[in-house]
Amino acid sequence: MNVRLYLWQRATAAVMAPLVVVHIAVIFYATRHGMSAADILSRTRGSIAWAAFYGLFVFAVSIHASIGVRNVLSEWTPLNERRVDAFAVFFGLALAVLGLRAVAAVVLT
Amino acid sequence: MIGRAAKHRDSALWIAAMVHRISGLALAIFLPLHFLALGLALESEARLESFLRWSDQPLVKAAEIALVFLFTVHLLGGLRILVIENFDWRDGQKQLATLAAALSAIVAFAFLVRVF
Amino acid sequence: MTTELSVSLWRGAQNGRYETYRVPQRQSQTVLDVVTFVQRHIDPTLSYRFACRVGVCGSCAMTVNGKPRWTCRTHVAKVASGGKLEIGPLANLPVIKDLATDMQPFFEKWQQAEGAFAPTKTRHDAIAQIRPDTPARKAADAAIECINCGVCYAACDTVRWNADYLGPAALTRAWTLVNDERDGGNIARLQAIAGAGGCHACHSHQSCQELCPQALNPTAAIAGLKRRTAAAYLKGEIKI
Repeated sequence: MNVRLYLWQRATAAVMAPLVVVHIAVIFYATRHGMSAADILSRTRGSIAWAAFYGLFVFAVSIHASIGVRNVLSEWTPLNERRVDAFAVFFGLALAVLGLRAVAAVVLT
Repeated sequence: MIGRAAKHRDSALWIAAMVHRISGLALAIFLPLHFLALGLALESEARLESFLRWSDQPLVKAAEIALVFLFTVHLLGGLRILVIENFDWRDGQKQLATLAAALSAIVAFAFLVRVF
Repeated sequence: MTTELSVSLWRGAQNGRYETYRVPQRQSQTVLDVVTFVQRHIDPTLSYRFACRVGVCGSCAMTVNGKPRWTCRTHVAKVASGGKLEIGPLANLPVIKDLATDMQPFFEKWQQAEGAFAPTKTRHDAIAQIRPDTPARKAADAAIECINCGVCYAACDTVRWNADYLGPAALTRAWTLVNDERDGGNIARLQAIAGAGGCHACHSHQSCQELCPQALNPTAAIAGLKRRTAAAYLKGEIKI
């Protein structure tokens, strides 16, 4: 960990705090109403707002989770600095790609 | 290692830090699966629907309750860290950590009530 | 009829073992009294450190029933449950012999954290007028009473997990100097604690703060350093 990674991790954490609260509310709403795929997609398809919300969430979590996992690997496994960095980059990119794909899946008509 | 596990590791704050770390790891493992599930909508709405129906079974719901707990506890634990690091020191960290765990349990329980 | 304590002491170096001794329990006995009894009456080959015996020097720090503490300030009655004690050398440091550790890595990290005062004046200048009630001086004063006993370093999980981590004591000293308006070495200091092993490795477990015998708060000091290094980095004063 260094000051640069620290700033990215804490900044994305702060950005995500309100997003997480909204997401938990969404989870509760969806399960309360027993929403089907049709119910969900009818709300998300073509929605710039949902695209922006979850797009931002994906971007932030890709950075946040990859740095967090990097720290755990660095402290709890014998992997060296370079391997740990490489895994973090791979994991961050994987989350970003899969995440943006998921956003596209529910937002694109 | 010399000596048995240090006693101070049953301090509330050490437990809070471990819960924060483990919840983060669990969420990091869960996230790609979550994204893949949502990505099923790319195939068809019916495909996503059948996945949602599959996830109605009790074991999956139980896992979702656990995830809601982990999600909330990770958020609240993270907020505690952001406060420690960015504002003047405040005592009572143990109480805050315990409160975070309790609130998360309440949220997870509320979710349990909703799904079962 | 005095009761007896069953005392396990670490014997040997890194690869050693616990050996058990029977020590008579006495009123107001401290853990240091127990170790001293073993060395004087049972086994003179036992190696351990102490100096003042009265809780001001920090030399007698050892691991007592899993926690790092000053043995002269630890009453046996408070820690020996069921008449048993387990005493080992401080954790996270190389063991020289038995209960004595090599403090060199601890002090090397002190130096690496730029924990030394960098003067800006000479004897020919007027003495600096430092107000005791400025926020900076209060912050420095709250952290200044460290006597390098090593308890926080031994308690810290991050020190255990991360060989580069400078540790709570070194960083707390850096914090006092960052807040010292007479000191001129802050750019180098902030640079030294902003990389791998620097203040950002701290996870705020607060074991240091809970166990510091001087009631210092390294977690708070390190939080302050996180803010200072972040500001310096964003202003371009330090680099990665």
